[in-house]
Amino acid sequence: MNARHTTFHPKWHRERMPIFWWLRKWNYTKFITRELTSLAVAYTALLLVVEIACAARGEGPWSRLEAWLRSPAVLVFHGIVLLFLLVHSVTWLNLAPRAVSVRLAGRHVPDSLVLAGHYVAWLLASALVWWVLTGTGR
Amino acid sequence: MKRSREPFFWALFSSGGMLAALTLPAWLFLTALAGPLGWVETPGRTGFRELIHSPYVRSALVVLVFLSLFHWAHRFRYTLYDGLQLYHLNALIATFCYGGASVLTIVAAWIVWTAG
Repeated sequence: MNARHTTFHPKWHRERMPIFWWLRKWNYTKFITRELTSLAVAYTALLLVVEIACAARGEGPWSRLEAWLRSPAVLVFHGIVLLFLLVHSVTWLNLAPRAVSVRLAGRHVPDSLVLAGHYVAWLLASALVWWVLTGTGR
Repeated sequence: MKRSREPFFWALFSSGGMLAALTLPAWLFLTALAGPLGWVETPGRTGFRELIHSPYVRSALVVLVFLSLFHWAHRFRYTLYDGLQLYHLNALIATFCYGGASVLTIVAAWIVWTAG
């Protein structure tokens, strides 16, 4: 990912790549899919803000939000967003052992243990979100 | 030589990616699927207001939104850059992504903070 690019260079020859180069191989498509999960991440963060804004702004905005969330097209859309979020979580956590090197008492902690630790963290964080969201009164 | 801002944005990208990976699937599942479909009891309006009454919860949510948006900004920047090969638009794309994330973060922080 070299951000320095010139439109002209006297020595290099650049082969022109088609725009949809990433559809040629499954690996490339997987790569772009993983990169596009960032859209789902941003969307969910903004949805969270909308939910809070509607809750704060009164009964009218809140019931409109609830009705919108219940409409079939929106439910299907959110199902797809959730799939992308899960791809993000799985691909992100799977890279963790390569991103961090954990040492305990001078010994290298095996990758499988680091990986398991991250999945346990995911489980605990999800449980926390569940507890926070369902623990408050209706 | 100008110092690169890359490590700074990469740090935001990376912490946002981790936070989003751990918390956002559960949030979306509960508030946008399981709740509306009636699978679980979600807080409803009063519950939400109770929740954001706490300044700690509001701060945590602002941080979550801020880092998630900058995670998007950094990753999406390179998706456009590599995926669509818009090398000549590098500066424009960076401004759009980081600028967009900044504006949205400010608006989101204001909304969340004043909602409590």
